[in-house]
Amino acid sequence: MSSMVLLTRKIEFAASHLYNNPTFSPEENRRVFGKCNNPHGHGHNYTLEVTVAGEPDPETGMVLDLKDLKDILDREVMQRMDHRFLNYEVPELAGQIPTCENIARVIWRLLDPKIKQGKLHRVRLYETPDLFADCYRNGAGGAKSG
Amino acid sequence: MTPGAHNGELKIELGRRYRFAASHRLHNPGLTDGENYRLYGKCNNPYGHGHNYVLEISLSGKIDPATGMIANLADLDVFVSSEVLEPFDHKSLNEDVAAFRNAVPTTENLCIEIFRRLKPFPNAKLERVRIEETSNNSFEYAGDGPEGFEG
Repeated sequence: MSSMVLLTRKIEFAASHLYNNPTFSPEENRRVFGKCNNPHGHGHNYTLEVTVAGEPDPETGMVLDLKDLKDILDREVMQRMDHRFLNYEVPELAGQIPTCENIARVIWRLLDPKIKQGKLHRVRLYETPDLFADCYRNGAGGAKSG
Repeated sequence: MTPGAHNGELKIELGRRYRFAASHRLHNPGLTDGENYRLYGKCNNPYGHGHNYVLEISLSGKIDPATGMIANLADLDVFVSSEVLEPFDHKSLNEDVAAFRNAVPTTENLCIEIFRRLKPFPNAKLERVRIEETSNNSFEYAGDGPEGFEG
């Protein structure tokens, strides 16, 4: 009998970024990215929700130890991104526009190999309370169960 | 479930929240007044009442490497504004929205109507509409057929 459970941990970090594609003209950058193209950048308080799926271990009752997840998030996300300028200080984002979608994907790729108990199910990154990106493994996505 | 051949091994969705305030009255003209009151309770009050609705939409698509985006937010905001916010905000759903001349404006039906209006958004695939009628009640719709929650 399967008793899959989802567990979610939330963290917050603050970072700055700007959107600029060097292959666009300055006018095109302003047209496509609007005020996000401001050359000195701007910042957000990002909220990250990380959801892990798994069956509770019969010994511990846990999908994974939240403290382990906290350590992974601290190492992989907080130390890399908190109080950083995402364009210049996060090598995994080099050459990419640091949109919510791209940051969520980078975070997924950082976390997925580190989570050994349970399986990474969803990464949701809020740039503001009204704008977020979700990342799923293909075939397990959306609100639909997979 | 659609084959998510969008972003390699990952499926990425963009979520965006909007707000509008509108009034409605739950009333089925095919029922007697007594039946309507028993069914809908205070939501059947003849003069209607209102909510601050929160609309959350989810879109999927390929991240454009040139912009880092599934859909340009400015385009999305203009589309949602003209299709939903302008026609619904500070309106009576029963009186001002044609779809609710013949359907009871429950939030279930509102999800279906808003999904229908937003589905043609050209630059990404509408996955889902979620509406909070109040902070305690929310409703979701993902279309019918294999793309919906049944699929």
